[in-house]
Amino acid sequence: MSIYPPEKRIWWKEPIERSEILWIVIALVWSLIMFVMMPYWHIAGEQNLSNEAYRIKPDVFAERTEAMAEKFTVREEGDTGTPVVHPPAGSDIYMLARLWEWWPVLELEKDQTYRLHLSSMDYQHGFSLLPENINLQVHPDYEMVVTIKPNRIGEYSVVCNEFCGIGHHTMVGKIHVVAK
Amino acid sequence: MINTSNYRTCPDTGFEIDLNADKLIKWNAVSGVVFLLIGGLFGLGVALTRWPAVHLLPAEWFYMALTAHGFDVLLVWIIFFEVAVLYFAGAVLLGSRLAAPKVAWLAYWMMLGGAIVTNIAVLRGDSSVMFTSYVPMKAAPDFYLGIIVFAVGVLLACFVFFGTLVIAKQDKTYSGSVPLVVFGATVAAIIAVFTIAAGAIILIPTLLWSVGYIGHIDTLMYKIVWWAMGHSSQQVNVVVHISLWYALAAILFGAKPLSEKVSRTAFLLYILFLQLASVHHLLVEPGLSSEYKIFNTSYALYLAVLGSMIHGLTVPGAVEAAQRKKGYNKGLFEWLRKAPWGNPAFAGFALSVVMFGFLGGITGVMMGAEQLNIIIHNTLYVPGHFHGTVVVGTTLAFMAFSYWFVPVLWQKELVLPGLAKWQPYLFGIGMGLVSVFMMGAGTLGVPRRHWDINFSDAAMAYEFPGAAHLMMGLNGMAALVGGLGAAIFILNMVGTILWGKSKTPAVATAAPAPPSGGAAVLAGHGSSEGMSVPGTFTLALIFLVAFVLYYFVNWKYLAGVWPLS
Repeated sequence: MSIYPPEKRIWWKEPIERSEILWIVIALVWSLIMFVMMPYWHIAGEQNLSNEAYRIKPDVFAERTEAMAEKFTVREEGDTGTPVVHPPAGSDIYMLARLWEWWPVLELEKDQTYRLHLSSMDYQHGFSLLPENINLQVHPDYEMVVTIKPNRIGEYSVVCNEFCGIGHHTMVGKIHVVAK
Repeated sequence: MINTSNYRTCPDTGFEIDLNADKLIKWNAVSGVVFLLIGGLFGLGVALTRWPAVHLLPAEWFYMALTAHGFDVLLVWIIFFEVAVLYFAGAVLLGSRLAAPKVAWLAYWMMLGGAIVTNIAVLRGDSSVMFTSYVPMKAAPDFYLGIIVFAVGVLLACFVFFGTLVIAKQDKTYSGSVPLVVFGATVAAIIAVFTIAAGAIILIPTLLWSVGYIGHIDTLMYKIVWWAMGHSSQQVNVVVHISLWYALAAILFGAKPLSEKVSRTAFLLYILFLQLASVHHLLVEPGLSSEYKIFNTSYALYLAVLGSMIHGLTVPGAVEAAQRKKGYNKGLFEWLRKAPWGNPAFAGFALSVVMFGFLGGITGVMMGAEQLNIIIHNTLYVPGHFHGTVVVGTTLAFMAFSYWFVPVLWQKELVLPGLAKWQPYLFGIGMGLVSVFMMGAGTLGVPRRHWDINFSDAAMAYEFPGAAHLMMGLNGMAALVGGLGAAIFILNMVGTILWGKSKTPAVATAAPAPPSGGAAVLAGHGSSEGMSVPGTFTLALIFLVAFVLYYFVNWKYLAGVWPLS
């Protein structure tokens, strides 16, 4: 019994029952399959995060984002008049997170690739692209670069899903995907 | 050596109980239950706020309640109870005196004091930083200080436990190897030491930063080290509740492990691989390589998951073997049908095993896969998962154990035996559904730690599908059912301790006497003899099929989202 010392003093030499051995082998094989799935997806899958990241000062990141917005703003959106930026296909695009907005709104073309740069001006934020349900963590002082290829036309929202203070639940941004 | 300790003999079990240990076990367990009540009420407030039609608390209160909920139940309730289990395993099961009772009391008061300090900091309203307190969001210094004092208390308690093991060995209070349950408790205590060390490495600098002595804490480093505490501490919970599963199987059925070797090796896998845990929480973070993420998140090669899958077979397997020996041999499942489903200790144990595996275990592996985490990170799926582990797994196992342990230790009868029968089902199924609905909402992208998914004050809004709102409503209702179950448990335990009638030692619920002397050892059954467990093996295969299907369904979901590279 498990609450008393083992009945046989030399318990480590007891034979193991067949169904136990069989289960251990099955579980081990399944564990290895799950392990291999991750490297395999890096080779064969289309949804992988790059390992490209940089240390960056918030004001430098803000400058780059503003430079992009200045060049490619096409209109404004929302109560706050956030610029909607339509950068050229294949370019580096920026979205910054700060209390409590995602800035600016991006307008992207379907089936084009973009290098999306993300960073925070203050606390950590969570980039949650809905309804796709793509979720990335955004840190201050770190710049994450991920290549994205929007493959459906529509209006997407970026909801913050890392708690960032009392206005957290108002932090919503937009990405529009339009035809080429 | 002069033995100054006093012992009493437990009338139910025949265990010699050191009076110091007796008192400490009781105080720690009761303190845990008090924090379960406090933390549970905060949790109810959270669930009712996230029910869109109710939306109970204002935003500030919500974030405050959520911070307190995480701290009080995830940390304080569970760890107080775990310290009680450590003392129980070390002193009672080994029949030894407890090492350094004064240190154990110091540990107790530090834990209690720390818990109170942090609760006050949170309730003051200036430390609503969530349980994880990610920098650079800053809490008041006493928020961190309370946690540190609490953790040092836990560390002392672990050393009291280790000391007790040494004393028991020296005094030869047992022969041969320690019981499996004590072995499991030792594994838990070892992991706890690593966990607390990681906690000290990160929380002490954070405290100094919040006071102003340190200028900057790197956000990524904070998370890596914090989760070496945060995730490992959940592994402590797993190890303790699995040990209690083995204990309950022994107490309720006289079951012994199918194989000591297999069960102990499975525990050992935890020590070897569970330390690799922090990166589960950093899979979509900038600045870490995929190679490191994959190695760490899989605990090397999922070898800790292997350990859990082994326990998943051997725990019910031990019950099946014991039941078959009693003659419940018909078909695959007579042993299970004829189990005492009306005994809350068994019902809680059984639900805990099943739901921990299906709700907590499978989903944890899912979100711990590097790429799958992209569609799960920080959505409600995450709390859905860990309510499947620490609530219907750990907490329900602790409740089940309490149904045996409280009447026996206090020698009182349960005050509400009728309600107790329903309690594990109310709590288990209610909280199991909480887990399911949160995960359902999470797959639709509903964020965790979020006050208002209607975005009524936001400049731009996102409209969640109706199904998401429906699931948040169902989540609130399920939380009410689970909360009722928790309330019955607390009422029953507190009532029993305060007003319960003295019980007459009931032979029926007593654990069979330990094998004493050579005759019993010679008559002992070997692992290979009459230990076939076809029913459990079938259940394990059902589990595996569910696991495999759900795993690949998630990869299919992932394959449908925007290409990323």
